Amino acid sequence: MPLLDDKIQAQVRKTLEGMAGPVKLVMFTQAAEALECEFCAETRMLIEEIAALAPSGKLSVEVHDLIADDAAVGEYQVDKIPAIAVVGAKDYGIRFYGIPSGYEFSSLMDDILTVSKGESGLSDSTKAAVAKLNKPVHIQVYVTPT
Amino acid sequence: MLAHRLALESPWIRADMVEATEFPHLANKYQVYGVPRTVINETIHIEGAVPESMLMSELLKVLDV
Repeated sequence: MPLLDDKIQAQVRKTLEGMAGPVKLVMFTQAAEALECEFCAETRMLIEEIAALAPSGKLSVEVHDLIADDAAVGEYQVDKIPAIAVVGAKDYGIRFYGIPSGYEFSSLMDDILTVSKGESGLSDSTKAAVAKLNKPVHIQVYVTPT
Repeated sequence: MLAHRLALESPWIRADMVEATEFPHLANKYQVYGVPRTVINETIHIEGAVPESMLMSELLKVLDV
C-alpha cells in the first residue's frame, strides 16, 4: 500500500519534471530490528516512493545506518534520525530531521528542485550579505505538524 | 525553505528543518510550542515565520560576535 495517494503521486511527478541536475536523497536510519526510531521505516518508504516518481535517473536514494556507518555519519554530520540530506552537485548542508510530512513535505519537494538547479533563488541583496559570512552558521528550523 | 536556500548559497551555512514532535527533548530545549522556531548557532532564537530580510539581519549578527 503506497504512502502517497494517486492524486499526490501525480502532483509529485509533475513537480519533479522541473528537475535539472540529478539529486540524491541520503537517508540515515537504524537497522530494521531497532525499535528506537518510530518513523524511520516510513520515512524510507516515503522517499523511495518520491524517487520513483522523478524522471529516470534524476532522483536517487542512498540509505545509511546511524550506528553502523560512522564514515557517512561523519561526512554528513547527522546527529539524529530519521535524517535526510538533499545532495546535488555537492552537499550544501541541507537536512531534514523527522518524517517529511505536512509542511515539511512541500519543503522537501521545493528543496529537491532548488538543489537540482544549484541556484538558491535568493535576492541579490541577500546573496551579497551572505557573501560576507566568514564563520560557520548552523540554522535549525523547528516546525510542528499543521 | 528559506534556510535551506541560504545553505545552498553559502558553504558556511548548514540548515536543518526539524519536525519538533519527533524530538521532544529538543522541542523542550528550544521552547518550541506550536509555531516554528528558528535557532541560529544555538544562541539566536526567532519565533514564528521569518521573512528573508529578518533572517539575514539575524545571520549577520554572527559576524559581529
